[in-house]
Amino acid sequence: MTVEQLKKIAAEKANIINVRRIVREQAEKLSRTTGYRKQVLVCGGTGCTSSHSHEVIEQLEASFEELGIDDVLIVKTGCFGLCALGPIMIVYPEGAFYSQMTPEHARTVAEKHLVKGGQIVKELLYVETVHDDGSVIPFSEIPFYKHQMRVALRNCGVIAAEDIDEAIGAGDYAALARVLTEMTPDGVIEEIQKSGLRGRGGAGFPTGMKWKFTRIAEGDVKYVCCNADEGDPGAFMDRSVLEGDPHCVLEAMTIAGYAVGAHEGYIYVRAEYPIAVDRLKIAIKQSRKYGLLGKNILGSGFDFDIHIRLGAGAFVCGEETALMASIEGKRGEPRPRPPFSAQCGLFRKPTVLNNVETWANIAPIILNGFHWFSSIGTERSKGTKVFAVGGKIHNVGLVEVPMGTSLKTIIYDIGGGIPNGKQFKAAQTGGPSGGCIPAKHIDIGMDFDNLVSIGSMMGSGGLIVMDEDTCMVDIAKFYLEFTADESCGKCTPCRIGTKRLLETLDKICSGNGEPADLEKIKEISEHMKSSSLCALGQSAPNPVLSALEHFGEEYNAHIYEKSCPAGVCKSLLNYYIEPDKCRGCTLCARNCPANAISGTVKAAHEIDAKKCIKCGQCIAHCKFNAIVKK
Amino acid sequence: MVNLKINGIAVSVPEGSTILQAAKLANVRIPTLCYLKDVQCVGSCRLCLVEATGARGLVAACVYPVSEGMEVRTNTPRVRRSRKTTIELILSTHKKKCLSCVRSMNCELQKLALEYNAEEDRFGTDHDLKPIDDLSASVVRDNSKCIMCTRCVAACEHQTIGAIGPKNRGYSKVIGSPYDVSLAFTPCVNCGQCVVACPVGALYEKSAVAEVWGAIVDPSKKVVFYTAPSVRATLGEAFGLPVGTNVEGRMVTAIKQLGDVECFNMDITADLTIMEEATELLSRLENGNPTPMFTSCCPGWVKFLEHYYPQYIPNLSTCKSPQEMFSAVLKTYYCRKNGINPDDLFVVSVIPCTAKKFEVSREELGGYTDAALTTRELAKMIKEAGIDFANLSESEYDLPFGDASGAGAIFGATGGVMEAALRTAAVKLGGDGAPLEFKEVRGTEGVKEAEYTLGGTTVKIAVASGLGNARKVLDAIKSGEKDYAFVEIMACPGGCVNGGGQPYVHDEVRNNVDLKTLRAQALYDYDGERNIRRSHETPAVEMLYNEFFGSPNSAKAHKLLHTKYSKREKY
Amino acid sequence: MSHIAFEGTKEQMKALLSCISAHKGEAGALMPVMHEAQNIYGYLPAEVQTVIAEKLNIPLAEVYGVATFYSQFSLTPKGKHKVSICLGTACYVKGSDKILEAVEHELRIKCGECTPDKKFSIESCRCVGACGLAPVMIIDGEVYGRLKPDDVKGILDKYLQD
Repeated sequence: MTVEQLKKIAAEKANIINVRRIVREQAEKLSRTTGYRKQVLVCGGTGCTSSHSHEVIEQLEASFEELGIDDVLIVKTGCFGLCALGPIMIVYPEGAFYSQMTPEHARTVAEKHLVKGGQIVKELLYVETVHDDGSVIPFSEIPFYKHQMRVALRNCGVIAAEDIDEAIGAGDYAALARVLTEMTPDGVIEEIQKSGLRGRGGAGFPTGMKWKFTRIAEGDVKYVCCNADEGDPGAFMDRSVLEGDPHCVLEAMTIAGYAVGAHEGYIYVRAEYPIAVDRLKIAIKQSRKYGLLGKNILGSGFDFDIHIRLGAGAFVCGEETALMASIEGKRGEPRPRPPFSAQCGLFRKPTVLNNVETWANIAPIILNGFHWFSSIGTERSKGTKVFAVGGKIHNVGLVEVPMGTSLKTIIYDIGGGIPNGKQFKAAQTGGPSGGCIPAKHIDIGMDFDNLVSIGSMMGSGGLIVMDEDTCMVDIAKFYLEFTADESCGKCTPCRIGTKRLLETLDKICSGNGEPADLEKIKEISEHMKSSSLCALGQSAPNPVLSALEHFGEEYNAHIYEKSCPAGVCKSLLNYYIEPDKCRGCTLCARNCPANAISGTVKAAHEIDAKKCIKCGQCIAHCKFNAIVKK
Repeated sequence: MVNLKINGIAVSVPEGSTILQAAKLANVRIPTLCYLKDVQCVGSCRLCLVEATGARGLVAACVYPVSEGMEVRTNTPRVRRSRKTTIELILSTHKKKCLSCVRSMNCELQKLALEYNAEEDRFGTDHDLKPIDDLSASVVRDNSKCIMCTRCVAACEHQTIGAIGPKNRGYSKVIGSPYDVSLAFTPCVNCGQCVVACPVGALYEKSAVAEVWGAIVDPSKKVVFYTAPSVRATLGEAFGLPVGTNVEGRMVTAIKQLGDVECFNMDITADLTIMEEATELLSRLENGNPTPMFTSCCPGWVKFLEHYYPQYIPNLSTCKSPQEMFSAVLKTYYCRKNGINPDDLFVVSVIPCTAKKFEVSREELGGYTDAALTTRELAKMIKEAGIDFANLSESEYDLPFGDASGAGAIFGATGGVMEAALRTAAVKLGGDGAPLEFKEVRGTEGVKEAEYTLGGTTVKIAVASGLGNARKVLDAIKSGEKDYAFVEIMACPGGCVNGGGQPYVHDEVRNNVDLKTLRAQALYDYDGERNIRRSHETPAVEMLYNEFFGSPNSAKAHKLLHTKYSKREKY
Repeated sequence: MSHIAFEGTKEQMKALLSCISAHKGEAGALMPVMHEAQNIYGYLPAEVQTVIAEKLNIPLAEVYGVATFYSQFSLTPKGKHKVSICLGTACYVKGSDKILEAVEHELRIKCGECTPDKKFSIESCRCVGACGLAPVMIIDGEVYGRLKPDDVKGILDKYLQD
């Protein structure tokens, strides 16, 4: 394929895509030029697929057949971000946002809305997109999207994820064309360096500098790697990019290959992401067919190809040296640095490794210039960041905002606040390597340095919201269980430290904690931070230490008062029936697996604490909220 | 050169050096545990952590490269605290049965715990003991003592065997063979390099000490010992003598003080091997039988070939190893001559090797050896007997197997068998004035090649030690790239002087001196001082042929001194 | 070597060998081969690891070391229906541990085990990326989201039928 051919495809598809990007009035006008009366976008990301979005598509196709609709385009996209509302379906040019679709809903929408002269089916729209006066808000203007700025996720949920022409129409490969025809390798690196882009995988290392080191490293064979082993349990932005816009990663890796002098790339992707893997495979195949991968790309004489390697369930493989060991077919155990990957990486060759979200930022920087990118964000954290917002929050999903956006904006304006009228207690960022942000810091601007300053870290952008029902000691224990399980076992501090730390937390949560345990926790934690071989061990104590710093009183309550204020730690709880609320319905007693509840019909029941196994069945069955944990 | 300061001491080291190497020059000690020179350098135990300018946090001295102007601090409170905590964490997982441990007083962990004032129970103790694997004929593994340094794994990888490896991950990680299969059922060649690499008591040889004591006190048994060539050069280390001290005389005295035993010199059957092997080689060359011929004295190498290169079994000399030749001679010729019932003779070989323990159990060899003791086990018996080894007077080997040639003695170093063979061949083919020393085949180089013209015949030979090097030679032969008449191979790097049964040497010594060279030098010095330096000149060898075998490769010799091999599956 | 009887078929072995020869000579072939072997057999039987070791010329200890390092590789056969409960953070915060307990209670086996009739096995996983549906459980690739412990029985019952 030549640059001209690429531009021709882009031009042909541009209007179709743009209908999905611009405000309604213009979209309607533009839509008329595309040959499609309407376009229906259905999310085919993991979240919505899990909620059976494919059945929605099948139903649409069947209904179209039945109703003779042949001028409406169905597009199976990647993730829209608002996973909690899946399956999601958007109809353009109106921008009508249907949520939690079922096949029956799809049939209704086809019959009432998508037929010629049809009208939006308001009852099926996401409630927040319908004004009290009945007018409909396009999905791009709802609070969840309004406050976002989508750079890395620019095409996710906008294009058909398995169609390279749509990707090209949306701008993919334009940056590659520019790089190969107009820029020198050094020019590319300079552009990335000046943009201030920092790696989105965790440590925030300047991307341009990484490329430069790899470029100047000696060696004829070099590699470009993509870390798609998104290990933080609760982060899924990389998965969404791969599912929604796989070509943007292939393009960026090829650009890096050109910049550093590499001709081969590897994408190391979690095997737990089957849809992402499939889409990547399809994308690579399409890209090779178009000559956008392979020999003599776009007639430039530059060769580059990409292989996929599947992970097999090891969090430590997010660490670069472990990831490379894994690609080499070995146990994913990290090795000490130096030598750094830029000099001695995959197969002992100079290697540049970036994570998916970082790759997703490359093309926009090339196309819009470093000035544009560095104008977004804060002093030392440029651009945007995608957060995977989860836990006790209304709008669970992916949120991309400029660096420095406050936590409050993310949780309340975008996330819609905490459900069930509960209080916000803390947010955990950086997953098992990070820490918690207590409510008092809710105004903090989310960027690399601010988060570190309060004992947390950006990590890959997982953001788990916790409410008053969350026990911070239990959460610290949860993360430590994770890291202890995922420690590779190579270095002493991490292999044994995580285990001893976990044992101590277990002891505290089971009511056997002693004051000296806190000192022990601090001591082991400090040791792991200072002496572990890799970032996993060095950061594993962070959740514990950060909880200790911000919620020390909760640790104290567990140790001194043998109580769990949030009512989570089973051993520290007693179940108790409030006599004035109990109606004597006997439901609790009948459902108690331990026969610990006694009482006669219509008289208040009682729980025998000695027999109670604290399973919670009684609370689940009580219709009068008469049973409490104290 | 790079200039840096270690604890304020200026040193200048070549570019690419590590902090550990630089510290050595500044005479600053940095403790190590997972590091072992020539074997492993992975920075995983975290004991050698130091502070260095320009580095974030503490860095591992064993792997961290020096840079110009760097300032390193190796004994700050932070560094000491880190080391102490690391040791204490290890101790919390370690079976602390130190009093009865084979490595007590010789254990790297024990030494460091003492140096850093570690409290053994500060982080508790794991009481879940892991099973002990003692089914192998040579090596016992007690994983409850394993500290996960993986030095044994690295040693096994160097040998290109990979019989053991890390299993599981994190705290559940253990070292061993796949599944819970014993080492006995893996392609392990019993070389014992894992044992000498182990810093603690997690690996040790399958002991024959109790059996030997039993035989010594059994009035119905006559016990004879014979000692392998390299033992004289290493046994002294177990008693604090400098590396490379020849203690032959004291060793013989000590053995005789163990009880009513006789002590013979295995160099004699080394010489006998030369006679048999040289004859075999000539007959192979004449009859067009497969060449190159490979030496067969090393049981580790023999098993390796049976597992990995069975197609070369016809190339392996049919000669038994000197150990098995000696035991066969003792149980036949010696018994007959002295009117001893072979069942009443208890034959103990003292060898530098764990593979020889396996060899004892090979049925096709006739079961002539009753027990094989490593150098370490002999040292243990000498200590147990309360013998003041260092101050012993010297004795000579018992007759008729006392005096042997220097050629037999150098069997203990890589290249020694080859040189011994060349000495005899040179005389047989070239007559008087034949050269005596063949220095090209000496030294610790992994693969050595040479070409000699002896009496008009040109022979290409190769010598390899370490099974990784053996593999290189075999692959070169296989591909047709190389062609030799005769190849000597020893499983252990450097040959028997560096065998898996040799005394434990503290890391601090092992990482700083060239053990292989110093020990080999003791043998070459001994050889240089001998009156007899060619195998065929050894009186006992002549006696054996005259009185018993007739001539080399005779029918009787074939029956007693030769053996056969068979292909072994790996799994 | 392993106490599990090997029940591989000729067809499976043929598929394994052809997969190995397709990857032979490729840098880092071990992991892709093991992934495919697990797809073929449902787990990594000892006999299969031995074949991989022999054919790729890698020590068995190394193959086994890799098999036991990664949590996705299994050394034991799985049930006909694989029940997987997400214990990722988003799911955990929403009570996925209670879901796991309910599944364990219902099937009367622990996580990581297989029912005696080989019908079900339970495993936990770390985030399938369906955080929007937390807590989630996956049975044979089918995702069940927004679960409550009481939902578990009904869902499992569907699989009991066949």
